[in-house]
Amino acid sequence: MSKKKEVLLKIRDLKIQGYSDETWVDIIKGVDLTLHRGEVMGLIGESGAGKSTIGAAAMGYARDGTRITEGSKIEFDGMELTTATEGEKRALRGSRIAYVAQSAAASFNPAHKIIDQHTEAPLHYRIQKRMEAQEDAMDLYERLRLPNPKEIGFRYPHQVSGGQLQRAMTAMAMSCRPDLIIFDEPTTALDVTTQIEVLAAIRDIVDQFNTAALYITHDLAVVAQMADTIKVLLKGNEVEEASTEEMLNNPKEDYTKSLWAVRSFESPQRQRPKDTVPLISVKNVDAAYTGGPKILDDVSFDIYEGMTVAVVGESGSGKSTTARVITGLLPPSKGEVLFKGEPFPHDYRNRDRDQLRQCQMIYQMADTALNPKVKISEIIGRPAQFYSGLHGADLKNRVDELLDLIELDPSKFYNRYPPELSGGQKQRIGIARALAANPTFIVCDEVTSALDQLVAEGILRLLDRLQNELNLAYMFITHDLATVRSIADEVIVMQQGRVVEQGPKDDMFTPPHHPYTDLLLSSVPEMDPNWLTTLLEERGIDNLGDAAAAQIDPNDPKVQ
Amino acid sequence: MSLFVIGYYTLLLVVSCLAAYFNKRQVFLLAFSLTLVSFILGIVGGTGALKAVAICAGLLGLTAMVSYAFREFLIQMAESNVGMSFSNNPPVMYVCLIAPIIYCILAWLLGWRFGEFAFALIIIVILLIAMKTETAKELRTAPLTAAFGMFVIFTYAIAGIFAPYIAPHGEAEVISSAFAPADAEMLLGADQLGRDMFSRIVFGARNSVGLALTATVAAFVLGAGAGLLAATKGGWFDQFMGRVADVIMSIPSLIFALLMLSIFGPSTPVIICAVAIIYAPRVFRLTRAVAGNVVVMDYIEAAKLRGEGTGYLIRREILPNSTAPLVAEFGLEFCFVFLLVAGLSFLGLGIQPPTADWGSMVRENATLISFGDITPLIPAAAIALLTVAVNFVVDWMLFRSSGLKEQ
Repeated sequence: MSKKKEVLLKIRDLKIQGYSDETWVDIIKGVDLTLHRGEVMGLIGESGAGKSTIGAAAMGYARDGTRITEGSKIEFDGMELTTATEGEKRALRGSRIAYVAQSAAASFNPAHKIIDQHTEAPLHYRIQKRMEAQEDAMDLYERLRLPNPKEIGFRYPHQVSGGQLQRAMTAMAMSCRPDLIIFDEPTTALDVTTQIEVLAAIRDIVDQFNTAALYITHDLAVVAQMADTIKVLLKGNEVEEASTEEMLNNPKEDYTKSLWAVRSFESPQRQRPKDTVPLISVKNVDAAYTGGPKILDDVSFDIYEGMTVAVVGESGSGKSTTARVITGLLPPSKGEVLFKGEPFPHDYRNRDRDQLRQCQMIYQMADTALNPKVKISEIIGRPAQFYSGLHGADLKNRVDELLDLIELDPSKFYNRYPPELSGGQKQRIGIARALAANPTFIVCDEVTSALDQLVAEGILRLLDRLQNELNLAYMFITHDLATVRSIADEVIVMQQGRVVEQGPKDDMFTPPHHPYTDLLLSSVPEMDPNWLTTLLEERGIDNLGDAAAAQIDPNDPKVQ
Repeated sequence: MSLFVIGYYTLLLVVSCLAAYFNKRQVFLLAFSLTLVSFILGIVGGTGALKAVAICAGLLGLTAMVSYAFREFLIQMAESNVGMSFSNNPPVMYVCLIAPIIYCILAWLLGWRFGEFAFALIIIVILLIAMKTETAKELRTAPLTAAFGMFVIFTYAIAGIFAPYIAPHGEAEVISSAFAPADAEMLLGADQLGRDMFSRIVFGARNSVGLALTATVAAFVLGAGAGLLAATKGGWFDQFMGRVADVIMSIPSLIFALLMLSIFGPSTPVIICAVAIIYAPRVFRLTRAVAGNVVVMDYIEAAKLRGEGTGYLIRREILPNSTAPLVAEFGLEFCFVFLLVAGLSFLGLGIQPPTADWGSMVRENATLISFGDITPLIPAAAIALLTVAVNFVVDWMLFRSSGLKEQ
């Protein structure tokens, strides 16, 4: 792919410090980076590794509360950015260096039309007149394969879907034909099927204009499709750098190998116990939010004691709504939920304490699921006190026992507050709170999707161990099929509020599939650098994402 | 040229040069621009003007020093970590708190002596409970203005609580002729009936501040309670409370207060009720908005699914996450309430004579202003100083609660 081997960005001995607890702490501890024209470099690492900070530093920018220390050198096309004035740096941003943020929905200004935001930079730098810039924008929209390229720009950001918005943002970054684009996790917030569209579009356009790019992500399979070289970062230090092929085939450092090995965990598949009543049984449930359209349409499935049922589907497919129906937060408009054969009251307010205790929930965002002003001891202790009436020493013993169970040291965590903990530790506290009630059934709503892969694997192993020890049943909501493969016993695939396929895991991962399952499965990026190219050849460029989902033939024999 | 003028310019120039030499940009700019201004002032106003400048600067410097020392004193107190030993011994804490409260109430009802000391004891115990290492950390972030505010509030509190012991004369005691000028006996002169102005200012601290504080607390109990309930319950209750608040807010506040006072007569309980009703809707709106952001969090959902009652939800889950803005709002509302009460007193409908009250004192002595006497301005200044001081503290709290620190 490399045509001209001219150095575009040269970073030498980059050190960035952040201000915390009244001292300056090193965040980036001396990273070197060389990027040639037209080259795409992937930066990968866990959160806190300093990927985004390096991305911002490549624009000569340090976020509030951070500073680039003296001695660091950032040279962009012969210009030293660390000593440049703010005005000089501002002249580069948008015109020669562009940035694509993780959440396009949060980065677009909701009060202006997309095309007006698109043409802002070319107009500001007087590169194009307004009409020219608009025509150019439509041309870019067409190249990025947005539907209705002539018209889509005149909509407001909220009128466009997430994947389309992310592509519009890439188009916007391209508006001045920059030399360098920094992609900061551009597909992390998207579903797998949408992700492919965006990935294909980004790859094409970067190729067409011979733009150099820094591609920041924590997903190895994605970076394998996009980058020419990969740099692995750990806690502000560089671990290793190599070309994509070499990095995938023989990583040198142990840390890199451990990243590669993450997806290896797989719990053995359990079988349904025979001749027993299912623990939770969802029967023909319809549900809708007040005044809204029907979200769930005739959903039925069973969850047996001690089993893990994974519910997969794109966002908006009704996975979380199903969980809300089971927990009683959203009473169904039709159908019922049975618990051990007995009907569960529809509204959680009508359930008695024992019924509430049986069914617990673990949330996706541990940050909002734990009260920041309450001590860990009370967060975990409260359910034990509330349901079992424990007091004093008994309560303390129970909390210690629970903290042991989730592999955290009781003496260290007993008196701390949630904001002092890391993401993985918070999620463990969330699990302990659910366990404190002695439940038989736990709803896990995307519990690992906000975590790094290594941490997520730890959580999955913990959940699996707890299941074996305490005979728990899980309803595991996720959009990540790798997670399904590692923990599920049975799989339910949902699309637009309907269950399209369900069955034991092994059956689900072996063909023939329902076409939608097939689409989901084939859209998961694989660790093969040619995966995207092959897939595009197989499916054709216009048969991705929503388009592919719409093309499923309702009369296909596999659609039951 | 007098020795003073030479010394004056020498000091300024030495400070400017030293600041420039040690690269203290701001100090240099301040000192040197003051020097340049002084040249002109000296020519126009002579030595007198320079002396005035020197006195102002000296006062400012003294204020800054007092604030700094007061902040350090508070930090030292907090570092002793007395509060920890209290919170580790809940029974001791409750005894220390409840005993003086009971004594205070009995003293008030039965006319026992030393009620003031019991009240002071309550405040001291509350302060001691707050003295923890975390508080010391917070206090270090306080700017000098906030420290100044705390110092002023502290002084007013002392003056208010121990008024009978500090004031040299009684509240309503006529000791000289009307409008007698200040002398060694009467620090600030006499008012229109010949009562000691200083004593009345000191008693005024108790009456005016006490009334405003009670009214604000009442407004908060009403407004915050309703707001938290509305946010937690939602539905028709929320709508109903919101409309009630709208109705109260649609009545002009001063007119409403005047109406209430002319119907029920201007007594202290009526003033407190009227003011509390006027200000409760504002507190309600703020509380509901703050709590509204908290109730949508997942931890509230988790608590609801656990089967917790409304009381627990409000007390343990919502309140701890909304205290910071509420405390800041308390400071602001206190100022507004204070000004409203002073305004009512000025109109003659507030605290009734002969009880000393700053607002009515301004009115009673207002005639003096046409003779160029500053006596009526003294109670006004007392109001202004307290308002400014409270706002300094509130600014600091708002800054802390604005999320800059939380991240």
